[in-house]
Amino acid sequence: MYRLWATIQKDVRVLSRDKVGITFLFIMPVLLVLIVTSIQNNTFELINKNRVPLLVCNRDTGASSRQFIRTLDTVGLFTVQLVPADQNDQSIRDRLQKKDAYLAVVVPPDFSAQMAVRTKSLLGKALNSFGLGDSTGGAYDRDGKADVRGKGESDADGMPITLYYHPILQETFRRSAQGAIYSALQLVESRQLLRTLYFSINEKELPDTLENELMTRRAKISEIPVSRNGDRSTPNASQHNVPAWTIFSMFFVVVSLGSGIVREKLNGSFIRLKTLPTNYLVAILSKQITYLGVTMMQAASIFAVGVWLFPLLGLPKLNLPTDWAGLIFLSLLCGWCAVSYAICIGVFAQTEEQANGFGALSIVILAAIGGLMVPDFAMPGNFQTAMKLSPLHWCLEAYYGLFLEQGKLKDVWSNVLSLLIIIAGLQGVMLWGLKRKNLI
Amino acid sequence: MATMSPAIQINELFFGYSGQSGLFSDFNLMIEAGSRFGLFGPNGAGKTTLMNLMTGLLTPSGGHIRLLGKEIKKHKSSVNFLFGFVPQDFSFYHELSPVENLAFFGAWSGLSSTVIRKRTSELLDILGLTAVRDKKVKDFSGGMKRRVNLAIGVIHEPPLLFLDEPTVGVDVQTRHAIIQYLKQLNAEGTTLIYTSHQLSEAEDLCDRIALIDQGRIIVHGDPDNLLSEHGQEGLEGLFLHLTGKNYRDQSV
Repeated sequence: MYRLWATIQKDVRVLSRDKVGITFLFIMPVLLVLIVTSIQNNTFELINKNRVPLLVCNRDTGASSRQFIRTLDTVGLFTVQLVPADQNDQSIRDRLQKKDAYLAVVVPPDFSAQMAVRTKSLLGKALNSFGLGDSTGGAYDRDGKADVRGKGESDADGMPITLYYHPILQETFRRSAQGAIYSALQLVESRQLLRTLYFSINEKELPDTLENELMTRRAKISEIPVSRNGDRSTPNASQHNVPAWTIFSMFFVVVSLGSGIVREKLNGSFIRLKTLPTNYLVAILSKQITYLGVTMMQAASIFAVGVWLFPLLGLPKLNLPTDWAGLIFLSLLCGWCAVSYAICIGVFAQTEEQANGFGALSIVILAAIGGLMVPDFAMPGNFQTAMKLSPLHWCLEAYYGLFLEQGKLKDVWSNVLSLLIIIAGLQGVMLWGLKRKNLI
Repeated sequence: MATMSPAIQINELFFGYSGQSGLFSDFNLMIEAGSRFGLFGPNGAGKTTLMNLMTGLLTPSGGHIRLLGKEIKKHKSSVNFLFGFVPQDFSFYHELSPVENLAFFGAWSGLSSTVIRKRTSELLDILGLTAVRDKKVKDFSGGMKRRVNLAIGVIHEPPLLFLDEPTVGVDVQTRHAIIQYLKQLNAEGTTLIYTSHQLSEAEDLCDRIALIDQGRIIVHGDPDNLLSEHGQEGLEGLFLHLTGKNYRDQSV
């Protein structure tokens, strides 16, 4: 026992005197979590709270286009910046390339007229189907759908609304913007339809109060996160990111631990250790205990940052799971899994470069396929299977069970079992490697 | 003539690195207990390999190696208590102080914390390291590092001490101090097995030598007798006389 204690003391001393290693193990992960959460939170707020600048060039002079622009402004996603109607498409594209804005909408000159034609057409069809005959006097040969589509596409119903976007915008965000513009269009069309219908039936204008009441009364959606303890607080960017990047940081001990084992194997101290009456397994056990302590300290420091520092920086506070014992047990398991993996790399790597290069790269790959970077539901089918091979995936699933679903340890027992099997496998491979290389 | 008990007995040893022809084939050697035994030979002669076989770092493909009567193959863990090893490389943790290194290697040598503290104090005093006992070894001179290397090898007071070039790269004062300390250890009963290219140092230290080449013993015995037998005045002359003047480390 004294030998193990002396070895742990040695490992802690060697580690604590490696300032670069300490920075890598503790400061970098905290920075990583801070940066990733800030970015993701900012993206979340950009979509949900902040408004995106939208250039609008209205070449139409009718009421429908003005209403369309007013509606765009009230959707909540955009800050509308009007562009003079005589500005051509090239100059609008130039402004986007200069990043004055990332989106621009061009309303064609016949927008209001086309809208009126479509409305009358639709209404005529509707009234005919009710057996009321045509009282709108409109043309029936039009389908009546306004298009928001890329420049260059032809449309038999007149010029479509054109949406320009900067290629820097990601697909998901572009779809959100497009959806918001469609919503604005539908609102304008519905309002127009309502007015025309009212006039057809009552032969007088629709009162503003009634119009507002009819247009604003919509069915509401109540969002309820499914949690195991009935908690209704919406998971935020911190709840998603902190567990994921804590696991990533834990596994990154491979750089310090894996290369440390290789360094010890290559330098003379290892030769001397092999001539002493103590099994090298004591050294391996000591490293497991020491680095398990490191991973626990990493988790504690990252969680502390999430709970106390995030709110000071304007980021959402991390809500720790209610099952504290479960959280500690799970963190120990994740840490042990990370340490086992790192020791395997250290045992099999021939040089420090191999341990650092392969170790770091493999963690990034395992994190990617494990669902740390892209949510597992968004993965392609074959990756869904590969995901199960990543130890980081099982760590993340178990952590999410506690952090996002507010579950207890018993709720994530299947993940715990998977983790224990992976740890046993890694320990077995490690022992086989040590035996094969005549180290024990 | 009284028969000395063997500290090391090697019988019918066979060993070869994979992909090479056998380096040792039916090799036999006996090192007497209490001797200061020097093992010499040109580069590639098999000195380090033989040292690694005697310390259990390498496993022979055939034959027997006994340390103080114990067969290495059968008593691997208990045999390790019988000897100390001072490798040519600085075999310790440079981030630690001499005290911390001795605490760790002392524990791995099977000593209690009380014994380690006592031995650490003694050794640092004898080897002139007391003033720097808590400084990191990485900041030490080559000579100081050599003394730390030696202190770790003898902390558990082993009856056998293997020394692989223990004074390489040190100044005259450090070399003198180390050789005097080794003589003192030998006087107290420690058998020394020493290898070096410093033949003048070997003349001063060794009372028995073996010259090996290509895995075979060329000569073995008392250095004075060997010198007179071959008509040489020093070990360097004897060495060149028996192994030739050609480079010996041309092949890779």
